[in-house]
Amino acid sequence: MKILVCISNVPDTTSKINFTADNKEFDKNGVQYVINPWDEYALTRAIELKEAKGGTVTVLNVGEADAEPNIRKALAIGADDAIRVNAKPVDAFFVAQQIAAVAKENNYDMILMGKESIDYNGSQVHGMVGEILGIPSVVPAFKLDMVDDSTARLEREIEGGKEVVEVKLPFVASAQQPMSEPRIPNMRGIMTARTKPLKVVEPTGAEAKAEYVNYSKPEKKGGVKMIDPENAGELITLLRNEAKVL
Amino acid sequence: MSVLVFVEGLNGEIKKSSLEAASYGSQVAQQLGTTATAVAIGEVHEEALAKLSEQGIGKVLYDADDRLKQFVADAYVKVIAKAAQQESAKVLVFSNSNIGAAVGAKLAVRLNGSLATNVTSLPKTDGGQFVVTRGVFSGKAFADVNLAADVKIIAVKKNSFEISQNAGNAATVEKLSADLTDADFAAAPKETVMQDTDGGVLLPEAEIVVSGGRGLKGPENWHLVEDLAKALGAATACSKPVSDMDWRPHHEHVGQTGITVSPNLYIAIGISGAIQHLAGVNSSKVIVVINKDPEAPFFKAADYGIVGDAFEVVPKLIEAAKALDK
Repeated sequence: MKILVCISNVPDTTSKINFTADNKEFDKNGVQYVINPWDEYALTRAIELKEAKGGTVTVLNVGEADAEPNIRKALAIGADDAIRVNAKPVDAFFVAQQIAAVAKENNYDMILMGKESIDYNGSQVHGMVGEILGIPSVVPAFKLDMVDDSTARLEREIEGGKEVVEVKLPFVASAQQPMSEPRIPNMRGIMTARTKPLKVVEPTGAEAKAEYVNYSKPEKKGGVKMIDPENAGELITLLRNEAKVL
Repeated sequence: MSVLVFVEGLNGEIKKSSLEAASYGSQVAQQLGTTATAVAIGEVHEEALAKLSEQGIGKVLYDADDRLKQFVADAYVKVIAKAAQQESAKVLVFSNSNIGAAVGAKLAVRLNGSLATNVTSLPKTDGGQFVVTRGVFSGKAFADVNLAADVKIIAVKKNSFEISQNAGNAATVEKLSADLTDADFAAAPKETVMQDTDGGVLLPEAEIVVSGGRGLKGPENWHLVEDLAKALGAATACSKPVSDMDWRPHHEHVGQTGITVSPNLYIAIGISGAIQHLAGVNSSKVIVVINKDPEAPFFKAADYGIVGDAFEVVPKLIEAAKALDK
């Protein structure tokens, strides 16, 4: 089975988010990057499936050279090889076009990625890739198993419940917990990752459809009002009369 | 040219998040000097559809195909695309739900449109642009995005827009048929399992959320969270450690890798407020933190705080909440 796992390179979850002085770009200064945590659920599940059924796991990143340490990390966790599409990921449509172009050349049995990236929170790429390739996209899935060699069974979250879906290969799915337990690379993995193939390809000429023109940060809260625990019921009165939320 | 709103139903009624999307859509229509039409799929009562006039919708297109009672992305996309074509819609509005986001992404490709999800503002349309604000960096920032394509698709963040209540005539409901074939249902779910909310409130739609963390010491103490939630008409939620330890189901986990909520009121009990948790709740309008540790980082993000033992404080809150006249 050939599995493609798409990963994005995102600011660490504890990063302070800042923008350049003109508010036009994200300020990368002092920011640590990690594999998007949602993508890790997809990556580990892909590796588990490979371990159980055989096959290969390829990781794909649409990004610039500074994403390579995290691509190597994905290889250290257990992916077999990697492809980096050498481009700034300007919007979801652009990224989806790049992924679809790689997928068309390689005939993967499944294409997995996280439910969303923790930086742009778009939740768009998986659906777009499925639509471009004309294959089903099952989103957001929290369980993925093979029924037989050509059929997968997924459980997907819907508001207020879940759906059980069976799809024929190939398909796209986005992952969320508890699909798998993300792994930490071990020393052997880190050593072998150095020599695993990482191919850099140039992007197709796709155009972005959404143009990011400006960034801003939410207004700071006015500070916390403390309430005496002995008189905790006062909180309910304040929530009704002052905050007007009850 | 018109604005088309996709509304989702649940148990015959229209979801709250879809009523918000409808209110948003009709405001966009007003801004553009056109009208707003809704397209409804699945199991929704006709009376509920006609009442969409309260949100400014003049006409509702309804595909009553029985097979659409379950969510099937390909079929839903076909129905909405048909409605968009019939209405020459240039702006499509969805709720940023799991269904809305899935359908929006596919439609963006099919209609060659610009898509923005997680949208928190009405569009600014000066100078031929169409700029909306959307939440990014897990609630830590906003981005203004220009939707440049001819067709603009917007998935509206839940609980970010008031549901408008206009008086006036009922909306007209027209049948729509998208000539669906069996192939459109190839990826139909085998089974749909709805959570038993026990008459409670769905977490992603809730206006008030009561959430518990490790400070509650064990699942056997969850009645504190549940009783307070019941008294306030709230949904219950939990922190990541709590769902990791299986004290509570995963679908209740709010945070960076759980679900994001933006209720009017978020009450955190025994949650220290790690930055990953804040990412899931920081767009809540009012945050209350109850923690026995005065140094808990969550207090910095709170509007109201109580330093105290949850086992003493929460019963007092339940009592006070029950005493409120509704």
